[in-house]
Amino acid sequence: MLTPLKRVRGLGSAKEGTDHFWRIRITSIALIPLALFMVGWMLSLRGAGYAEVRASLSQPLIALAAALFIVISLDHMRLGMQVIIEDYVHGEGGKLVLLILNTFFAVAVGVVSIFALLKLAFGG
Amino acid sequence: MVELTLPKHSQIRPGKVWPKPGGATRLREYRIYRWSPDDGENPRVDTYYVDLDDCGPMVLDALLWIKNKIDPTLTLRRSCREGICGSCAMNIDGGNTLACTKGMDSIEGAVKVYPLPHMPVVKDLVPDLTVPYAQLASIDPYLKTVSPEPAKEWLQSHEDRQKLDGLYECILCFCCQTSCPSYWWNGERYLGPAVLLQAYRWLIDSRDEATGERLDNLEDPFRLYRCHTIMNCTQTCPKGLNPAKAIAEIKKMMVERRV
Repeated sequence: MLTPLKRVRGLGSAKEGTDHFWRIRITSIALIPLALFMVGWMLSLRGAGYAEVRASLSQPLIALAAALFIVISLDHMRLGMQVIIEDYVHGEGGKLVLLILNTFFAVAVGVVSIFALLKLAFGG
Repeated sequence: MVELTLPKHSQIRPGKVWPKPGGATRLREYRIYRWSPDDGENPRVDTYYVDLDDCGPMVLDALLWIKNKIDPTLTLRRSCREGICGSCAMNIDGGNTLACTKGMDSIEGAVKVYPLPHMPVVKDLVPDLTVPYAQLASIDPYLKTVSPEPAKEWLQSHEDRQKLDGLYECILCFCCQTSCPSYWWNGERYLGPAVLLQAYRWLIDSRDEATGERLDNLEDPFRLYRCHTIMNCTQTCPKGLNPAKAIAEIKKMMVERRV
């Protein structure tokens, strides 16, 4: 029995969304040089063995660039996946669960990747 | 989840093929979506043949010819027959446009006519536009001011007036609104291209004093940010307007006021 205006106004404006919009663009810009660097770095290690990769990763600049690439691309992936879930999943319960899992997944992959990177860079 | 198939009662079945008009030499085939709320039947597509020597050049001429000469039950909205009222918006030859300004010579083969996509159907080619109208009302599509009203009128420079060009021409036919996949999936929460173009028309009006309030009202992951620059809106607009650009300008204003 809701009027059309009541339905359309719903719970009102969330007064957010610009942060998400802006952040997805900033991460895109950051990923252009980082992705190019990572591709170049991997190509430079063609055919290299474990020891060479470790030696390369123990250089601070390379390790930092790899860490940035991992963190920023995972953040970008999480933001993009959030949009896809909001677009296509309409059950409120399912949507909430998927949005939570989306964040958990990005954080889990990030933590494991950074741990692996540190282990490679600092040995052990 | 998103519906990619039609619900059972909405699936379209083949309909009646109406006889060709006698004595006609130049015929054009029309396949038209038919559905009535009264008979409990599924929608169907009826086939008609229009005598081109007895009919005007536009799709609307043919629809009215069919209604007058073959099947008076065919239901559609129309008023001005010159592209200014927006009533006869429908899906013709796979694209949303106005039947009155779409020439049938621009279409190859049989002319397929359906109601605007993803809206509830009232009957045949008449969609229920209650939700988009309410969405339009929700953005307050009128001048809002606080300053004391001038004795004569609110003044505007020529440059500021020009900013409304490409926006004020919108006739609210909702061709763009109903061509937008994002609007199909989230039509109750996403305002859609037609309503956002109207919102921008008032945001950019130099006389309006409620710009911040208007932006607050739009700043929402669903109301505004469901636009993913698919650009169907701009491609389909029968008036040649660019709703996608208007939405991008709103997003720019959102960023501008925070950086």
